[in-house]
Amino acid sequence: MTEPSLERAGATLPCTRAESCVIACADVWRDAGEVMASPFGTIPSLGARLAKLTFAPDLVLTDGEAALMVGAPPLTARPADLVREAAMPYRTVFDVVWSGRRHIMMMASQIDREGNQNISAIGDHRHPKVQLVGVRGAPGNSVNHPTSYWVPDHTVRTFVEHVDVVSGVGYARAAAAGPGASRFHDVRRVVSNLGVFDFETPERTMRLRSYHPGVSVEDIVAATGFTLAIPPDVAETRLPTPEELDLLRNVLDPGSLRDREVKS
Amino acid sequence: MADKRTSIDDIVSELRSGMTIGIGGWGSRRKPMALVRALCRSDLQDLTVVAYGGPDVGLLCATGKVRKVVCGFVTLDSIALDPHWRAARQRGKVEVMEVDEGMFFQGLQAAAWRVPFLPTRAGLGSDVLRINPDLRLIRSPYGAASPYTHDPADADVELVAMPALHLDAALVHTNRADGAGNAQILSPDPFFDALFLGAADRRFVTTEHVVPNGTLAEEGPLSAVVIHRLLTDGVAEAPHGAHFTANPPDYGRDEVFQKEYAASANDPAEWDAFSARYVFVSDDEYEAHVRERMTA
Repeated sequence: MTEPSLERAGATLPCTRAESCVIACADVWRDAGEVMASPFGTIPSLGARLAKLTFAPDLVLTDGEAALMVGAPPLTARPADLVREAAMPYRTVFDVVWSGRRHIMMMASQIDREGNQNISAIGDHRHPKVQLVGVRGAPGNSVNHPTSYWVPDHTVRTFVEHVDVVSGVGYARAAAAGPGASRFHDVRRVVSNLGVFDFETPERTMRLRSYHPGVSVEDIVAATGFTLAIPPDVAETRLPTPEELDLLRNVLDPGSLRDREVKS
Repeated sequence: MADKRTSIDDIVSELRSGMTIGIGGWGSRRKPMALVRALCRSDLQDLTVVAYGGPDVGLLCATGKVRKVVCGFVTLDSIALDPHWRAARQRGKVEVMEVDEGMFFQGLQAAAWRVPFLPTRAGLGSDVLRINPDLRLIRSPYGAASPYTHDPADADVELVAMPALHLDAALVHTNRADGAGNAQILSPDPFFDALFLGAADRRFVTTEHVVPNGTLAEEGPLSAVVIHRLLTDGVAEAPHGAHFTANPPDYGRDEVFQKEYAASANDPAEWDAFSARYVFVSDDEYEAHVRERMTA
């Protein structure tokens, strides 16, 4: 096995950027208990599987089609090789969403300071400059169960002051919409290719939780289109344990699909 | 017992311009594509299409059949976005009622249950309410003093009243059906096809294979016959009728074809070539062209 390593500022990093992102995503499901983890994107999918294989064994993962799967197989496992434990058609997924027993990690084409997410359209919704996939389940997810976001390209175009079309609901808007929206609202965390963010400030605005190894706080500030809360003692994203690195590199993703989503 | 067997052409002849038409399946999965192509070739126009959108929406937009789309997304699954849909939206050609995909489910359910709306948290706080200004909220009539208020946090709570999505017609594709109008979905997810039919005035099923009434249990579990004959008016046999979308166990998605479909949005000449070969042709010609492509 070749050990990937990175030279930066004279220091050799023990893991790649993509691997830091996987660890940050896995930690999103720490202490989640028996809930459905619904990861979107390669790196969140690896994170959920890594969490299940290590510190979150009760996580419930789907096969990406219409079933719950046993264990946490490699990302490239063939459908025929998956072991399934229960049916989970979309009709039943809504039952899970509205019961709250789920923590999703969606992607965001735009995300803002209050935790609003956009996957619908860039520009005016009536005449979009860029049509995106659509709001999908984001409005319902974000007011029913813990919701986190994954942004593989952290720039001032993705981290914006105000998103163009609020798909997933952020803190201020959930509060303004009343207890119907705020009661189960819980935008937990945002993981980007640069760092980890949460909303644990008095105003429930985005805060830098950790910066990935090899990234500076200044890099993050420069790539963010609004003022982040930055605690004075903000630390680096934790390093993977040797066991985690081994599972990731040799079991879950030996073909390094993770590096296609986030370059080192 | 009524014999509901019909043909795709006869189904299309029952539809009218301006109708609201629900299409089953989800994304690029088990879409009634043979029927969708027949709609594209017809002289119908100004349709409102209600769907968990995939290439059905894209093709109907590309052929100018659509006035409005009701959806939560339009995706090709292995390709995140249908480029024909993107092009139609960015050219300002199509109206959209974009809602949360769970709200969409509740809209169909409300129509099928003949109630005007169903309440939900989904949509609260989001721009779904801004971009659909006719959507309304509803306050729970159960206050803190009500014996039915289980949790005080729900007293007088304000929720979205998702309106019924009433359909003039619904079109779905299944793996098997019988002539009486029972239909079986052997694919792992039945999606919301039975609900589309329940929400519609005229209900049509295309299917891979029509079998005699009473023999669906020989094809697969009876519990997979999620569409019973109270939900259907017509059944047309259409082998390969969901191509190029996924319809297991009969066939998977034709990813190579889907890439061609997506690429045909790149410029008018590519679309003209694609549509001349795969849209404005009979089903037999379509099948022949798909086969030629695979052996080329």
